Amino acid sequence: MILAAREVHTFYGKSHILHGVSIEVGAGEVVGLLGRNGVGKSTTLKTIMGLARPARGSIVFDGRDITGLAAHRLARRGLAWVPEDRRIFRSLTVLENLRTGLDRAGVDAARRSELLEKVYRSFPVLAERSDQAGGTLSGGEQQMLAIARAMVLEPKLILLDEPTEGLMPRMIAQIRAIVEALHREGIAILLVEQNVPLTLEVSDRVYIMEKGVVRHAAPAAELRADPTVIHRYLGV
Amino acid sequence: MLEQVAIQLLNGLVNGMILALVASGLTLIFGIMDVVNFAHGDLYMLGAYVGTTALAVTGSFWLALLAASVAIFWLGVAIQLVALRPLLGRDPLTTILATFGVSLVLQNYALWQYGPAGRRITEPVAGHFRLFYLDYPWYRVIVAVLAAAILAALWLFLKHATWGIWIRAVTQDRVMAAAMGIPVPLVHTAVFGLGAAMAGASGCLSGPLVGVDQTLGLGIILKAFIVVVVGGMGNLVGSVLAAIFISLLEALASLWVSPAQAVIVSFVLLIVTLLGRPTGLFVPTPK
Repeated sequence: MILAAREVHTFYGKSHILHGVSIEVGAGEVVGLLGRNGVGKSTTLKTIMGLARPARGSIVFDGRDITGLAAHRLARRGLAWVPEDRRIFRSLTVLENLRTGLDRAGVDAARRSELLEKVYRSFPVLAERSDQAGGTLSGGEQQMLAIARAMVLEPKLILLDEPTEGLMPRMIAQIRAIVEALHREGIAILLVEQNVPLTLEVSDRVYIMEKGVVRHAAPAAELRADPTVIHRYLGV
Repeated sequence: MLEQVAIQLLNGLVNGMILALVASGLTLIFGIMDVVNFAHGDLYMLGAYVGTTALAVTGSFWLALLAASVAIFWLGVAIQLVALRPLLGRDPLTTILATFGVSLVLQNYALWQYGPAGRRITEPVAGHFRLFYLDYPWYRVIVAVLAAAILAALWLFLKHATWGIWIRAVTQDRVMAAAMGIPVPLVHTAVFGLGAAMAGASGCLSGPLVGVDQTLGLGIILKAFIVVVVGGMGNLVGSVLAAIFISLLEALASLWVSPAQAVIVSFVLLIVTLLGRPTGLFVPTPK
């Protein structure tokens, strides 16, 4: 088990967003998190990443209790976050965006160029645009940069928030290919998506959230075979 | 007349470079943590005082300049840790009050430690050169060149160094920066120290040009705030350009009116900027 969140409660100010969320992700597993808008999927990811402090509950990552730990420490321990609005550093170049994750203790020059080469192989367009400001990239390119930026952290688990939102079908296929490639590499992914068919295809298991709690958990294959549960909670 | 204009342009440029050094520290701090540092002028003033002490001990102005920068860097670090870090994320008003409080403490510390009588720092370079009918001190030119060199070094640091990239990333999006593993609280503290060190260095550099007393910071902080607004809050290049622009305007205005009245030009420019281009004169309007 790489991640185990138990009975997590999170508030934004006075509003109670997560009402006891429990989620587990196995090492190298791709887990989908489905649900309608505003049920707390993004907040779940932010809470795991240490960007929202849980009021109650515990989060164990890679065998250690990380509840309440600062985000920058979690990033160093192998947790990466790809937010739904991508949050590219707009005035930094593509290379500088990648350097925010590359320039860290324990990464020597050789390893550094290896990692850079690897993400440029996965996303050749980023190599072409390496000296271009992040804000000038198209939506799809920004999404690739956001994923590449997470990859250079050499994470054990990537929290991937709606990576295909607003993208053209060709881009969606490319994002899907990269998720599958990361899966083959043994990187675990907790995937939040509105695109139900895609989530069911790339995930091993799926959680369905409603009003701040997990209502249903099942292997993706089971939901693919019998869509009535999906229909009940998501109306699709 | 033409000679007077040339001399005033040179004066304006020298004052502008010092002001740019102070204002860029101020705008760097504002840009990264939304803190309006009212104590910035007093860090400048203390830099000058540390300069006088270090000069008396070492006898070398350049060592004194180094000592002032280093001492004010650590003072800035201490101020950030004690007075600002606990307030991060609160109402901006709280940090304004905190830095205003720090400003009063620093001024009274200087009064207590150094007494009310003004001090002077002797120029490290005593030579003059002939500029029309004037003997113009080389030191003023050296100050401008040195200030420009410090600003250029800062720019290169921000552009290329890992810490420079961290500072720019945290300035743009501190949440995402933290998620990338950048130690955001440490970067905040370091930037406050860096801005303070730049103020301290400017104070020591301008020590030989103006007398040193505990109210030294008041004049420069007001101008630095005008520069930061006119240059665009948080915009480093804008601040440098605005500092030079404002100083040149004031220098030229003082050809016709007294230097005290020439300050009015800055205020007029401030008001015009706030009315017409509140995002700053030297940046394209953000979309």
